[in-house]
Amino acid sequence: MQIFVYLAAFLLLRRLIKTIKFTPLYEKWGKILNISSVLVWIIWLGAESVFGDVTNILLSGIFLLALVEYIRRTPDFKPIRPFLEAHYPLISIAVISGLAELTFKKFYEDYDYYFQCAILLGFAWIFARWASSKKQQDELQRVSLRNAELDRLVEERTAELTKQKDELQEAVKLLQTTQQQLIQSEKLASLGELTAGIAHEIQNPLNFVNNFSEVSMELIDEMGEELANGNNKEVIAIATDIKQNLEKIRHHGKRADGIVKGMLQHSRASSSTMEPTDINNLADEYLRLAYHGLRAKDKSFNADLVTHFEEGLAAVNMVPQDIGRVLLNLFNNAFYAVQKKQKLGIEGYKPIVEVSTARKKDELEIKVKDNGTGIPDEIKDKILQPFFTTKPTGEGTGLGLSLSYDIVVKAHGGKIEINSTEGEYTEFVISIPAKI
Amino acid sequence: MGHMKILVVDDEADVQPLFLQRFRKEIRSHEIELDFALSGEEALDYLETRHSEVVLILSDINMPGMSGIELLSRIRNEYDAPPPTVFMITAYGDEENHRQAMEKGANDFLTKPLDFNLLKEKLKFFTEHNGQDTSS
Repeated sequence: MQIFVYLAAFLLLRRLIKTIKFTPLYEKWGKILNISSVLVWIIWLGAESVFGDVTNILLSGIFLLALVEYIRRTPDFKPIRPFLEAHYPLISIAVISGLAELTFKKFYEDYDYYFQCAILLGFAWIFARWASSKKQQDELQRVSLRNAELDRLVEERTAELTKQKDELQEAVKLLQTTQQQLIQSEKLASLGELTAGIAHEIQNPLNFVNNFSEVSMELIDEMGEELANGNNKEVIAIATDIKQNLEKIRHHGKRADGIVKGMLQHSRASSSTMEPTDINNLADEYLRLAYHGLRAKDKSFNADLVTHFEEGLAAVNMVPQDIGRVLLNLFNNAFYAVQKKQKLGIEGYKPIVEVSTARKKDELEIKVKDNGTGIPDEIKDKILQPFFTTKPTGEGTGLGLSLSYDIVVKAHGGKIEINSTEGEYTEFVISIPAKI
Repeated sequence: MGHMKILVVDDEADVQPLFLQRFRKEIRSHEIELDFALSGEEALDYLETRHSEVVLILSDINMPGMSGIELLSRIRNEYDAPPPTVFMITAYGDEENHRQAMEKGANDFLTKPLDFNLLKEKLKFFTEHNGQDTSS
């Protein structure tokens, strides 16, 4: 029966060869293992002829144990280690049978049949285990193949996502640039609307400067005549007039200067320095600019400008050109609304645009009110959205109010409140924090 | 020139000392008397009580509230015995307003910046040909 034990040893070696066949280890071990597998049969033949059947089975068991232990302790053969365990039952049976044969010969002979069966079972066990482990291995291989496939898919998706992310980032960058350009063009558009108003506003003070200097020259001639006549009283009166005129010249020169400065500030790309600002002056200036800007386009248009400026308002910290833009935008909208209503030809309608300023606790409140067409309820929550406009294509960018919102709420930490009744009035209330 | 009362309507208050100084001599010699209104509404209020005193009205067109054109048409509707003489003043190159003012019956037209020598000539011509159109 020991032939099965040697056969197991032989098959174990063959299997080992098969396992390492296509690995670099084959170089090292191939030859040795091939020779060993032949050696198994030589040992078997030797053992068969030298020892009798009695010790042979014990020896075969010890031989197989030595072989299994050797393979188990050799690091190169790690992959086959799990299969080695399957050999222990056969080894045990072989050793027990051998010992039994040596010590209890009678007992062994009586139960010879069972021992042989046990050896066969031990041998069969090995193959049963091999078969099942082969199935396991196949399963493992399938799983690892599937894993590799999944890995590949994940990699593919990751690459795709990375590409999409890059594209999106690119798009966001483009959008940001476009937004900047739009803000800039909105500024330029409102500057264009302003030009006529500015021309009118500068023309008036310039006329005064010219007229008062001319009349002063005349007065000086007169003064010379009066001096020659010795009319001192009249000379003093003329001198007083001349001084007054020079003050007027200076006043109107400064007025023109302020308008030019305001225009430059308005067109400047971006300066966001907060500075103490007289809101009454700012509101008044932009109200006039907006009004004359519109009148330059529509000469027949006329409106009552009503200002309720709280007197002695302390200067409040703000970015004047930004708040100026907000006011300009609100005034332009207000004039647009009253102009539209005026065109409806309602009997006795008188366009009125009001602006008021007031200090409310620690806030500065600016109200811009018109008795124009009002805002329909259904669009009230949309008017602050970018690109929303009720004006015909080409007339409004739809950015005015959304930029105003950004300036007041985001940049100044203030609020915009809108009160309106369709067909009656619209009132924008702007509040800006004003520390005392 | 005989005595002549002129009402100047302009929303810019500084127009007043300017006129007073430009017509300094005429005022002193009582050839001309000047009165002022800062808006069309104020001018109408003024005319309500004193329209018979005023010989000539000199009005700006471009004013907040009632415009010069509106004032002109109100004057033409409400006062016709005798119809007051109205000169309109506006910014240069404003053809549309010029046309409208002429249509509504303005007697003459002056552009800003005001040429006071031209204005004086027109006034002289006006007093010499009292009541007739000075533009031709």
